[in-house]
Amino acid sequence: MKLKKKEQTTICLTVNGRRYVESVEPRKLLSDFLREDCGLTGTHVGCEHGVCGACTILLNGSAVRSCLLFAVQVDGAEIRTVEGLDTEGHLNPLQEAFSEHHALQCGFCTPGILLSASELLEYNPHPTTEEIEEMLSGHLCRCTGYKGIVKAIEKVANRNPKFTHES
Amino acid sequence: MKTIGRRIRRTEDARLMTGRGTYMEDLQPLPNLHHAAILRSPYPHARIKGIHTERAEQMPGVKGVVTGRDVARWTQPFPVGVTAPVEYYSLAVEKVRFAGEPVAVVVAKNRYLAEDALDAIEVEYEPLPAVVDIEKALEPDAPVLHDQVGTNIANDRTFDYGDVDGAFSEADLVVSHKFNFPKFSATPVETYGVIAHHDPSENHFTIWSNFHGPFTLQSVMAAALQVPSNRLRIIIPKDIGGSYGIKSGVFPYMVLMAVVSKKVGLPVKWIEDRQEHLFASSSGTDRVTWIEAAVKRDGTITGLKMKIVDNVGGYIRAPEPASLYRTHSNTTGAYKVKNLRMHTVAVMTNKSPTGLIRGYGGPQHYFPLERLIPMIAKQLGMDPADVIRKNLIAKDDFPYRTASGGMYDSGDYQKGFETVLECAKYDEWKKRQKEARAEGRYLGIGLACIVEPSGSNMGYITMALTPEERAKSLPKSGCAEGATVSIDPMGGISVRISTVPSGQGHETVASQIVGEVLGVDPHSVRVIAEMDTSTSPWTVASGSYSSRFAPVGSSAVYHAAQKVRKKILEIAGKQLQVPSEALELKDGKAIGKDDPSKSVSLRRLIGSAHWNPQALPEGVEPGIHETAFFTIPTAMPPDEKDLVNGSVTYGFVADAVLVEVDPETGQIDILDYVTVHDAGKLLNPLIVDGQILGGLVHGLGGALYEELAYDANGQFLSGSFMDYLCPTATEIPPVTVKHLETPSPLTPLGAKGLGEGNTMSAPVVIANAVADALQPFDLSIDTLPLTPDRIWSLIRKAENKQPILEGEK
Ligand code: FES
Ligand code: FES
Repeated sequence: MKLKKKEQTTICLTVNGRRYVESVEPRKLLSDFLREDCGLTGTHVGCEHGVCGACTILLNGSAVRSCLLFAVQVDGAEIRTVEGLDTEGHLNPLQEAFSEHHALQCGFCTPGILLSASELLEYNPHPTTEEIEEMLSGHLCRCTGYKGIVKAIEKVANRNPKFTHES
Repeated sequence: MKTIGRRIRRTEDARLMTGRGTYMEDLQPLPNLHHAAILRSPYPHARIKGIHTERAEQMPGVKGVVTGRDVARWTQPFPVGVTAPVEYYSLAVEKVRFAGEPVAVVVAKNRYLAEDALDAIEVEYEPLPAVVDIEKALEPDAPVLHDQVGTNIANDRTFDYGDVDGAFSEADLVVSHKFNFPKFSATPVETYGVIAHHDPSENHFTIWSNFHGPFTLQSVMAAALQVPSNRLRIIIPKDIGGSYGIKSGVFPYMVLMAVVSKKVGLPVKWIEDRQEHLFASSSGTDRVTWIEAAVKRDGTITGLKMKIVDNVGGYIRAPEPASLYRTHSNTTGAYKVKNLRMHTVAVMTNKSPTGLIRGYGGPQHYFPLERLIPMIAKQLGMDPADVIRKNLIAKDDFPYRTASGGMYDSGDYQKGFETVLECAKYDEWKKRQKEARAEGRYLGIGLACIVEPSGSNMGYITMALTPEERAKSLPKSGCAEGATVSIDPMGGISVRISTVPSGQGHETVASQIVGEVLGVDPHSVRVIAEMDTSTSPWTVASGSYSSRFAPVGSSAVYHAAQKVRKKILEIAGKQLQVPSEALELKDGKAIGKDDPSKSVSLRRLIGSAHWNPQALPEGVEPGIHETAFFTIPTAMPPDEKDLVNGSVTYGFVADAVLVEVDPETGQIDILDYVTVHDAGKLLNPLIVDGQILGGLVHGLGGALYEELAYDANGQFLSGSFMDYLCPTATEIPPVTVKHLETPSPLTPLGAKGLGEGNTMSAPVVIANAVADALQPFDLSIDTLPLTPDRIWSLIRKAENKQPILEGEK
């Protein structure tokens, strides 16, 4: 597909189970698309260069950084953002554990971490502490010092062998 | 119901974990919002000879371009609390003074188009020699940043307390050293953001921003914009994505976007990107300290002399040079030192401007002070723990007046320090260290004791002026904060606070306090933390800084709730025909303390205040809407002898750290970190531990990784998160936190502030541990961060001098 910078193109994708057909500029970042075109402001942008992890989403089940993708690249994909984790306000077990262990303060890094943790637990339901820390090392949290986050994920890992992000 | 002091989960969490927070970038308060992008200087120091914007103005979607000329025409330079005539505008006028300084702003339909147009602006620069090093900037032939100042010194003061010459002439030993503290930040994950709207019909500005005060800066902004202060309305969203002081520095951009909105005639939104944030937002100062201690043979420190020079960057920006004075009252730390001489200097160089940051001035201050303790111990052949013991302020000395005027409200420092040694198993660590050394491994133990000031007294900032200069204007003092508790006609309880949290859980704690005072479930209390200078109960001191929520903000909430309680009890007294003193509020009822048969529901009492004011007791106003303002009387203005009590409460932190250093790689491994805190009564220990750990990791970052680095020519080297390294989960050592709770006699709940202590103590305690580990080498640890590279070089240099490895002695 060859596209000019400002030519609009139509993409079709599913986000949190809802179908979106939208026209976007080829250069529009996926993070901006989710926030501006889908109104899903829970996906946060902290660096726009792939280091902080705040913008992490699930793309066809894998945790990726939405600031490193263009919206046009995800045509046809299935995306889950933080808004798709709870069920009508009922927190999932991971979210419950985050609150219980004070794994968030300002909450800006939290959506990305929740999604990466969801991916980890789905593929590896009983991660070791080192595996959890390794996963987390792709995220910056400047508030918590990470310990509460590790504990929260550990709690879910031990309690809920069949954890999925759909709770 | 007892809720104050309990580990209660936060009410903020649910919205933040489901993507339903309201942060700055999420706001769209007005239709037709346009977006701004900022062109920044690539030069650290240059004259601007011309700016050509015509091409940019013609680009698709562009609505206007603003340059320094517009800003000079429509704003005044920002006021600042020093006498040096520094002109600081929100956009460079005629000259740029640091790499990344804003030079022009483009407004366009969206951010992509605005950024496109930046490339079309041409700026002609005449590069000038730059200076970034503190000592070089002080040299007589250094490039001068501000011609009208004539030197790079923005502030210069001396202080003399007690008999310093006496102490030094009677000393058995004088220990002195020079220390360098680096410039680093806290890099909140959310960057700065501003929306500004100018209404020409009333010449009224509305600005939304993730600014958290201090709201003294509201008057600074109004002065810059040349409008009466009630024509500048500032609104802060409910959620701020972290700050740790850094977002206080967004205020020049608030003014800038206000001007942009005025010129372009559109509401304008600007969201800073990460590169801009690292280049040009705000940070702590880098500092050089020369310190000298007069010491007795038994380890007693009798006098201190310090010269401290802070690098405030290209412009001195309010509230700087406050970093020099934030810890002035607790200069002598946890020690009983009565003789003190200080020389404080703020110097301007071609680095980015500085401002509030967690620990404000404390990490810079305790680094030399606490590094000196093991140096003294070494020279006297004592255990550093014994030097600390010798000098700690005793329990019976409280309230303790420090040499420079600080009034330490309460504490038990001995107990705190002994607790940390016990928890750390200090003697066992020493044994481990000895054994390791026999195996050729380098373990080291660091200790540090610090006093953690909280709830700053606005008056301390005027220490930048001499007593004579201060006498020319109104004295400044106080730490006042306001809060409103109201109950609507159907019994819904709301609390309005002006403490602008950025993750510290103020909503939760305020609901705990109001719930307990009014005898209701805290979960039923709604707390509104959005700040609005047109409608919130605020003071010049309002905002989030100096850990002031626990000592001051929560006290305002408590007093407002008490006012409501008193009113309800008066109404109940009349209805039940008993004196109101005989009643209490419990489980949603007013009930007789001794006679539970006398009872009436809260709902009914509230109903009468709203629906039937005629039946209220005499003198009781209808409605329930009570505001309280709280301050602490010990927050006095500085006196004519330069004595000042810069904070209202003072906590205590004692740290013990065990590290291992690999001399082959320079790698530092923190094996254990034990910290003991006394922050008075804790309001919510769950939140407390989170604050402490966050502060500790911030300090750890400063000790080991983080630096906003420049080359000698002023080029900035840390413009991305690939170059500016923040600690991640794999770098966090084991940490044990222990609490003592010596209540403050000055706050109604006995609470003191916390969360900044370990940011102040971690850099030095880690440095002490590393220095101890490397004792066998002849080297000194006096510069941070302790990167493997730095440690490796120090060791190589020392080895070339004299290889005295332990085994060879
Ligand atoms: S915003 Fe995408 S990784 Fe930081
Ligand atoms: S909770 Fe604030 S950055 Fe992680």
